[in-house]
Amino acid sequence: MSEKVLMKGNEALAEAALSAGCRHFFGYPITPQTEISAYLAKRMPKVGGVFLQAESEVSAINMVLGAAATGHRAMTSSSSPGISLKSEGVSYIAGSDLPALIINVQRGGPGLGGIQPSQSDYWQATKALGHGDFQLYVLAPSTIQEMVDFVPLAFEVGEKYRVPSMILSDGMLGQMMEPVTLPDSDSATASDKPWAVTGHKNQRQRNIANSLYISTTELERLNIERFQRYDEMKKHEQRAESYLTEDADVTVVAFGASSRVVRSAVNAARAQGIKAGMIRPITLWPFPVDAIQKTIETTKEYLCVEMNMGQMVDDVRLAVEGKRRVCFYGRTGGVIPTPAEVLEQIKTLAGKEA
Amino acid sequence: MAVVFEKTKGLTDAPFHYCPGCTHGIVHRLVGEVLEELGVLGTAVGVASVGCSVFSYNYFNCDMVQAPHGRAPAVATGIKRCLPDNVVFTYQGDGDLAAIGTAETVHAATRGENITVIFINNAIYGMTGGQMAPTTLPGQITQTSPYGRDTATAGHPIRVCEMLATLDGTALAQRVSVDNVKNVMAAKKAIKKGFENQINKRGYSIIEVVSTCPTNWGLSPQESIQWLRDNMLPYYPLGVYKDVTEGGSSHE
Repeated sequence: MSEKVLMKGNEALAEAALSAGCRHFFGYPITPQTEISAYLAKRMPKVGGVFLQAESEVSAINMVLGAAATGHRAMTSSSSPGISLKSEGVSYIAGSDLPALIINVQRGGPGLGGIQPSQSDYWQATKALGHGDFQLYVLAPSTIQEMVDFVPLAFEVGEKYRVPSMILSDGMLGQMMEPVTLPDSDSATASDKPWAVTGHKNQRQRNIANSLYISTTELERLNIERFQRYDEMKKHEQRAESYLTEDADVTVVAFGASSRVVRSAVNAARAQGIKAGMIRPITLWPFPVDAIQKTIETTKEYLCVEMNMGQMVDDVRLAVEGKRRVCFYGRTGGVIPTPAEVLEQIKTLAGKEA
Repeated sequence: MAVVFEKTKGLTDAPFHYCPGCTHGIVHRLVGEVLEELGVLGTAVGVASVGCSVFSYNYFNCDMVQAPHGRAPAVATGIKRCLPDNVVFTYQGDGDLAAIGTAETVHAATRGENITVIFINNAIYGMTGGQMAPTTLPGQITQTSPYGRDTATAGHPIRVCEMLATLDGTALAQRVSVDNVKNVMAAKKAIKKGFENQINKRGYSIIEVVSTCPTNWGLSPQESIQWLRDNMLPYYPLGVYKDVTEGGSSHE
């Protein structure tokens, strides 16, 4: 399909999951991800797939674990408080080296928080969605088209490295509408899964999906092996968009919904003769360290803009290695920063008082 | 030379780690024999749960998935929904099934999830060293009920088969024991029925095996069997609590 259709972010993502060959969705209701479930509840039975509303987020992610172990493309979606509940299962999925897709349409937190857009689960997604030594492959879309395009990417990269993937969206991208081009149905690339638990048919050794290793040296060996795959991901899977950064004095770093605001602010700054640019991390893990380090020599000031109290700014500072100052501006609780607010920050850093 | 007895092909050659007198070994063998006799070892996928039986993935001679504590029914659901023609079973203890995994158990049953559940009820947490379980008897001494389970503060034991028998999605809820030869044979028959129900797409089948834990009960294997008869069976009567194959309504 090449023509553009106007779609809501959550629904476009759900349709992309079908195109990517995902036929198993396990979820639990929570705002603002509801449209993903509702859309797949309608569509899955029509394409011979499974939509199952679980009794809890905990059960939903464990159903994903079981489905992923069979080698099928399986996914769940939720919003922030529900993602916390999934963290147990995500750790087991990672520990069992299974690929699966988890969608987080973020809302404000902590606790029950609010239902308006937020980016306050950055730390959770990139540092600690569950116990133990592990990482997720984390993609941050900023447009509805990316909500669509990142679904097959998340499955493919997850399967290549045998890691769970997350699309870290938010209530704004989930709820807004934009024209999108949907991929051809079943454009999915199937990958070989010799590890899948499908019944041995008396033809091969038993396959076991397991994360329990009582032997300390065996567990250490497996964790080291897993981190070697993470190193490969850091080498080959970093993604970022660099916008007007070549000559920028002020480089703003922003992902997802806040990058849309920052793009407007950068354009406004340029119109006033301020050399501003933006780096937009697309993979939050692996973090696009290379794209940021390319700008260190030319950038005078970094500004990190997020819809939280300052989370990704830690990773930006690590990438900059203390060679430049990295400032932060954020709104939280579901408040979206305005381009004017960000422009003020850029002007101050450029030495031009507002 | 004529072979008069062979170990079931349903079990691997890995030596069991279970304590002397523990009934896990008997139940493992029964499950292995049933899988072999039904000819489903090649399509079976078992789900090991957290507890003493977590290592069952080393023993059952079929593909296995190890589930988080209590989540075996959810994991089995995910497997079964992807592989509806495979035989999917869970093997769970009482803490796993009736405490941390109660929600998963009740909802798998009420959905009529077409899986077979082997439930080992020995009234104690074995692997962690003998703490009070949801099925610990009133007055029973454990590490975390050192003065005996006081129902005023620790509540009452859960009778799982009776509870699940109330749900429309349950096809079979049967409580058995393996404390003597007759009961072992009856247990095997029940386990076989539980797997046949799945093959015939009848829904959720649970076979509860009232079991022993000599180590954490602080008894010899022989004393454990007697303790089971004197204390467990009066509280957990053996019997069929629901069976849709006997004139009941079939669940599709």
